[in-house]
Amino acid sequence: MQPGVIDSRNLSPGQRVAVKYFIAALVLFLAQVVFGLIIGLQYLMPDLFLGSLDFSTARMVHINAMIVWMLFGFIGSIYWLVEEEAGVSLVGQWLANLIFWVFSIAVSVVVVVYLFVQYGPGEHSSLWLINEGREYIEAPRWADIGIVVCMLAFFYNIAATFMKGKWSGISGVLVLDLVALAGLYLAGMFYSTNISMDQYWWWWVIHLWVEATWEVLVGCIMAWGLIKTIGAKRKIVTTWLYIEVALMFGSGILGLGHHYFWIGTPEYWLTVGGFFSALEPVPLVAMVVHAIYDAGVHRFKSGNHPALAWLIAHAFGNFFGAGVWGFMHTLPQINLYTHGTQWSASHGHLAFFGAYATINIAVFYLAIQKWRGNVWMSAGMPGNGWKWKWSLALLNLGMIGMTMALLISGYEQSFVERALGGSTWSAYFQAQQTAWFVQGMFWRQVFGYIFAIGTVLLIWDLLTVGRGEHRPQAQLEEVMTA
Amino acid sequence: MSTTLWWASEEFWRKTAVWVTAFMAVVLIFLTFDSVKKITAGSQRVPAYTVINQRIYYRWNAERGMQEPVIGDEAPLFGQKLDADAAWALVDKGKLTIQARNCMNCHTLLGNGAYYAPDLTKAWLDPAWAAEPVRETLMLQFLLDPETNARGFGSNRKMPNLHLTEDEARGIIAYLKWMSAIDTNGFPRNFKPIAQPGD
Repeated sequence: MQPGVIDSRNLSPGQRVAVKYFIAALVLFLAQVVFGLIIGLQYLMPDLFLGSLDFSTARMVHINAMIVWMLFGFIGSIYWLVEEEAGVSLVGQWLANLIFWVFSIAVSVVVVVYLFVQYGPGEHSSLWLINEGREYIEAPRWADIGIVVCMLAFFYNIAATFMKGKWSGISGVLVLDLVALAGLYLAGMFYSTNISMDQYWWWWVIHLWVEATWEVLVGCIMAWGLIKTIGAKRKIVTTWLYIEVALMFGSGILGLGHHYFWIGTPEYWLTVGGFFSALEPVPLVAMVVHAIYDAGVHRFKSGNHPALAWLIAHAFGNFFGAGVWGFMHTLPQINLYTHGTQWSASHGHLAFFGAYATINIAVFYLAIQKWRGNVWMSAGMPGNGWKWKWSLALLNLGMIGMTMALLISGYEQSFVERALGGSTWSAYFQAQQTAWFVQGMFWRQVFGYIFAIGTVLLIWDLLTVGRGEHRPQAQLEEVMTA
Repeated sequence: MSTTLWWASEEFWRKTAVWVTAFMAVVLIFLTFDSVKKITAGSQRVPAYTVINQRIYYRWNAERGMQEPVIGDEAPLFGQKLDADAAWALVDKGKLTIQARNCMNCHTLLGNGAYYAPDLTKAWLDPAWAAEPVRETLMLQFLLDPETNARGFGSNRKMPNLHLTEDEARGIIAYLKWMSAIDTNGFPRNFKPIAQPGD
């Protein structure tokens, strides 16, 4: 095997499945960005694609591509680490491959239907075959069932591999978290005439995924990633992982209440949701302290500089995006004015990117390094590693810029439409036309282009990094004494 | 002999994680039983679907410090009083249409959804519909042909024509009327509703 050349023989069976998921994830990431640019432009040019690719359709693809690419990244990450953690080969490699193709083909069919059928008559058949019309989980019911079957098969594969091999603290948390993650999806798989009931359970999926089970999942990947990139001690990262689980579920499960302020649910949720969601940033602080402390102890030396940089970006992005930006409008006294405005869009962008996109990208870099034969990816990469450094800079700059621009529009909307205008349709449109709101949307688009350039550069880098590299990966002992 | 303090040990935090998670999950389940009871259609907070036969006000409650929906005298939607089954069927048609036409990826309902078009929580009570006697007619005209009857208030943002049937449009209007009667703890705050008899 020649170093610096992509060769599947460099990978274990599980890792060969993982890289398929990573490639599909990157394709969907690119689709998310393209459709994001379209809907951003539609704010500035409302006639763009009106009647052919309406805002509602393009946004559905934008947010669904995000959910699926992140899930693909997580599934791939777990396939990537399962054999090393368990100490044995993946139990069902053929099953893993089969699920990948079933899942990918199903996603493609769903997207084609979204784009070319778009919507159907007001009947149950539309919800089963075209789209369910429920934000983030728009996938039609047939696809829901397919997702559950795929997740069950995936869960079997992972749990059976650990059962055949050995368990660790990380794998124990991971498997239990997967049970919760798959089980919660069922809460979103029913229809109700009653919108309060609909949204009550819808939030079980959305909140308990992104603010609880997904966070714990990335906590597991982070723990494993720190062992791999900087050689952190397993005992220390496992203890931190338990602390994070206690804090994350301790605050996040009842933090669900911040979505129950205004949907018809009883008034006690104002207190329960306000209190526990105010605590939600605490585990994210713990994660930053943990990552930075461990990396600092190891003097930021690593065998994979891009991966470590993205892990650090994850720690900060998670804290600021999910923690700070979430906290800013989570108390009911402010949320009454900001709920359903561009504040939410500002928070959503920084949180999903900071918490989840970053860590997936870190694992992509770990994967490409091994796929090319464990080549050198520490200091002194060819061209001084300009591509990964510039893509890191452009993606983060683009995202921070979009977040700030949306926040300014959100402030304007909350003040003009809600506080002054009394939330009527006329007040809504008045707020949308104020100069500061429009400027916010303009700059969001500018930073969106910067983000898109960063995405293209990232994909280019992932395709080329380590090509022709003959130096083997720096051993952690070597970099520690270098 | 281990030098790790008990409060910094792996074992202590493993048990803490398990107990904290279990406790919070149990509390959530208890609160869910209570909440589900209180948001079932026909409860005090979420009215029965036959509320579409009544007039709905949005009034300040000084004791709660917020506005709340108040169910008024008889005012049947489209002039036709419906029994419980027929009212549910009409509202259900509206909900199915709202989902099938993907309304939530432009609008918000109860504040959730996309931010490209106005919130629909109190759309039934919105002064955009001129006055109560013409409200239903204007809403129906708008939904059936939103391009001609655009309500953009000076903005050039338009709702696309989603080719609704009249039944679907009537269902949506029934749905919006029912939804406006849900007690949303004062959301949206400071809302200025359409003038109605008795105001």
